[in-house]
Amino acid sequence: MTNHFIDFINTDVFMMIGSNSAENHPQAMKWIVKAKDKGAKLIVVDPRLTKSAGLADVHVRLRPGTDIAFINGMVNYIIENNLYFKDYVLHYTNASFLVNPEYKFEDGVFSGLTEKDGKKTYDTKTWQYQMDGDPAKDGIREEAIKKDLTLQDPNCVFQILKKHVSRYDLKTVSSITGTPKETLKKVYDLFASTGKPDKAGNVIYAMGITQHTYGSQNCRALAVLQLLLGNIGIAGGGVNAQRGESNVQGSTDFAMLNHYLPGYNPMIYAYKHSKLQDYLDKDVPKTSYWSNRGKFLISMLKAWYGDKATKENDFCFDWIPKHDNKNRSHMGIFSDMAEGKIKGMIAWGQNPAVGGPSSFQGRKAMEKLEWLVAVDLFETETAAFWHRPEADPSKIKTEVFFLPAAMSYEKEGTVTNSGRWLQFRYKAVDPPGEAKSDLWIADRLFKAVKKEYQSGGKFPDPILNMVWNYDKPGEEEPNIDQVAIEINGYNVTTKEVLPGFAQLKDDGSTACGCWIHSGYWAMDKEAGTVAAKRKLLKDKSGLGLFPQFAFAWPANRRIVYNRCSADPAGNPWNPKKALVKWDAVAGKWVTADVPDFKAADPPKDPKDPNAKPTPVPPDKTVPFFMQEEGRGRLFAVKGVNDGPLPEHYEPIESPVKNILSKQQNMPLATRFKGDFSKLAETASEKYPYVGTTHRVIEHYQSGAVTRNCPTLAEISAHMFANISPTLAQKIGVKTGDDVVIETVRGQITCKVSVSGVCVPLIVDGKEVEVIGMPWCFGYQGIAKGASANDLTPSVGDPNTNIPEYKAFLCNIKKAGKH
Amino acid sequence: MRKISRRDFLKNLGLGTAGLTLVASPALASESHSKITGEKLPAKIRKVKETYTVCAFCGCGCGIILYTNNDNKIVFCEGDPDHPINEGSVCSKGNAIIDTYNTIEKKGNRVINKLRVTKPLYRAPGSTKWEEKSWEWALSEIAKRIKSTRDATFEEKDDKGVTVNRTTAIATFGSASLDNEENYLLHKMFRSWGLLNIEHHARL
Repeated sequence: MTNHFIDFINTDVFMMIGSNSAENHPQAMKWIVKAKDKGAKLIVVDPRLTKSAGLADVHVRLRPGTDIAFINGMVNYIIENNLYFKDYVLHYTNASFLVNPEYKFEDGVFSGLTEKDGKKTYDTKTWQYQMDGDPAKDGIREEAIKKDLTLQDPNCVFQILKKHVSRYDLKTVSSITGTPKETLKKVYDLFASTGKPDKAGNVIYAMGITQHTYGSQNCRALAVLQLLLGNIGIAGGGVNAQRGESNVQGSTDFAMLNHYLPGYNPMIYAYKHSKLQDYLDKDVPKTSYWSNRGKFLISMLKAWYGDKATKENDFCFDWIPKHDNKNRSHMGIFSDMAEGKIKGMIAWGQNPAVGGPSSFQGRKAMEKLEWLVAVDLFETETAAFWHRPEADPSKIKTEVFFLPAAMSYEKEGTVTNSGRWLQFRYKAVDPPGEAKSDLWIADRLFKAVKKEYQSGGKFPDPILNMVWNYDKPGEEEPNIDQVAIEINGYNVTTKEVLPGFAQLKDDGSTACGCWIHSGYWAMDKEAGTVAAKRKLLKDKSGLGLFPQFAFAWPANRRIVYNRCSADPAGNPWNPKKALVKWDAVAGKWVTADVPDFKAADPPKDPKDPNAKPTPVPPDKTVPFFMQEEGRGRLFAVKGVNDGPLPEHYEPIESPVKNILSKQQNMPLATRFKGDFSKLAETASEKYPYVGTTHRVIEHYQSGAVTRNCPTLAEISAHMFANISPTLAQKIGVKTGDDVVIETVRGQITCKVSVSGVCVPLIVDGKEVEVIGMPWCFGYQGIAKGASANDLTPSVGDPNTNIPEYKAFLCNIKKAGKH
Repeated sequence: MRKISRRDFLKNLGLGTAGLTLVASPALASESHSKITGEKLPAKIRKVKETYTVCAFCGCGCGIILYTNNDNKIVFCEGDPDHPINEGSVCSKGNAIIDTYNTIEKKGNRVINKLRVTKPLYRAPGSTKWEEKSWEWALSEIAKRIKSTRDATFEEKDDKGVTVNRTTAIATFGSASLDNEENYLLHKMFRSWGLLNIEHHARL
């Protein structure tokens, strides 16, 4: 989230799209309702009449997978009717920047599309700015970019955007989404009303936006919209992803993803980083705060390899494995597994046998494993894959180990919520029986592997020399304080805990496991504890910032991009909700939140105790200082590989043809071979209905924990599908009957719920039925049921490789009597 | 005059809810409470120890207080009224968080959730059942599998001669359900083995 939950109280209009807070983020909904009590409006954009939609002022029903058409339609409406926030757009976005005149967009395809060995990619050369100098050498320097401040040049970003979205008129959008024109106009007007200095519009999204073959472009469309309305960086605004797990923000920050190292530093790739200097040259931007990336990486290497990491040996750069640039995402790994390329698998607090796409095929692929380790509380479907209903255990040769782990309150540590707050939680009870904390298991497993390598083996150096100093005399548990200090960062010589990442160096004098969290374990004297443990309820701003409650990364900043909450001269757009303000008389910044820009230069002489920082005047500050050009990108010159502007494509499995262009699908969508290649054709007669997945309030993700909790298993005991009364009549079922739902990949049997949650939509004159299914069930636990993901396709977004769970084709019929 | 609530009383002591778990032997709140207010605490929180935690489910990050009895069973939970996000409220999942540890049997006694796995288990190739094992055995055997797969598939250089020090034959999944400190240790451990296939929930 750019903002945080309490900040919702400052919002005037919410647009919840592809998210269902009332069920999946109940406390977020509480803050929305509080804001509504003060007069705020809520728009919910969802194919289903969710519990959130039930609380909305306007519910926009659209066909699954047509969000870009809906949002680009709004962007077009805003530009056509001059409803955008002109000063903000001019000064804080790249609207005035000129783009290469060779940039083109023709019939659904951007310039630069190339195909090699059947794989399509974009050469992004024509998407770049017109600029002086060599951006490869000097970076994307804002001052070197050619601009037209009148926004009239046909090659300026604003004109390109205007032309691009001009095709998304109300009639076209309505034909694609199935939403009536009147509803579209009503919500476009309502949300566009926030494009004023004293109004805040808040976009709330979740998996309904990301789980598409153009999920990144869905997010981009939301960012473009919020930049046009001046809603980024302000109290009550932002683009706010609602994260689904208690620590999915933290696990992402710590790069439990193949393509990152902790703190969003890119992974090291063999094809471009043979030496540390290659990484520093190619992946450390010349401009923006990311120009410090070298300090972050080298400090991480020092944290990992201590005294062994020296300038002479590239700080042990070669001890980190180098990526082969193949698809090593969830779907890529399962595809490799099906081909027998993966020998061993560790499922540590995750249940891919239910949560992965095409999960029937996924479970089958697991049979190729030589060994599997599952670390969990309960025997999950993943741990039990060898005795699943469709399997014969005697034929499965996989060795399976199960290590019993501790629940959140049977151990201690921090978790990071959706608003980027790191909070410490305490231990209430010991884990039952011989179950152990995951910290203990990680510690002992590392030591067990290290022991094996004491007597030799392939390249043991990174294992034998990894800093692993977490023993605490007389204690069973590893010393979590020591782990936290390593993450936070310390001075290598003095061992002093660093106050923040501004202190990090690239000369090996500092160690820091994850730079963005630097400061979370620094002492807050007033609170009498470290930042992540503090619980002071002070809020001088009156905006709900609570700066001394827990720690928000980065740098305890509660609302990111907050320079944009004030005009170029530093006066808050909305003085009642000021986050930062330039005091012209005193010549300094007055800040309620930690400024997301350089508000002052450090003292010239750091040794002089009386020296003071020099304030940076407003005209010298940068609104988006994590971006290389320092501006919000209406047009993305980099960051996404599948297009500089969002464009509507149909889901890979769609009931209709794309009416906007000949390009039916996202040209770069990720696809797989073999078992994972099964897809229904467009407008399939065999699979005429649109399927989509969702969650229920009683179950958490794949249900691996909650389906083993008697209370929750009793409240939500059955797998079901939601269908419309018209579809129910057609197939002859009523609520509670058993139905069979089938896709080209497989079929499931479950109960049916007939209500107004799903209704048919009229899409380009054709009636399209939508079937909604929760994906939290499986064959283990108390509440058992069919897994919706047995039906979902293995196709993904080309940037993120997130599967297209949210829109696929299926058929439904009444279950036979047997 | 406004009555002093138990929570205000604790705050005045400068302890707060989290503080209680930090003192060596937490005093039972009911004794101090009745001295100050002359009232008895509600039965549900008499003779119990409070622990502050953050919910294990969605990303809202709600503060929850757990109440543990002398028998080390969790008898009650509630949203922390001093948490600025949830302000004392809690949803159906958060409210059921106790169930993962102990559940209530028909007679009303609390027992450890019977579905929890409480010992390391092993299933041999082709076998139809789990076997209970010791931690020492399980960790050592897993370490041997990791070493043997890693050593058999390890690439020191790629076909262009670049030092790569990796294996692509082992994959890990998880986890958004673990703490930050745990994820950090897992990440550095997996990279030290040379793993590329590190994935978790955020991809889905």
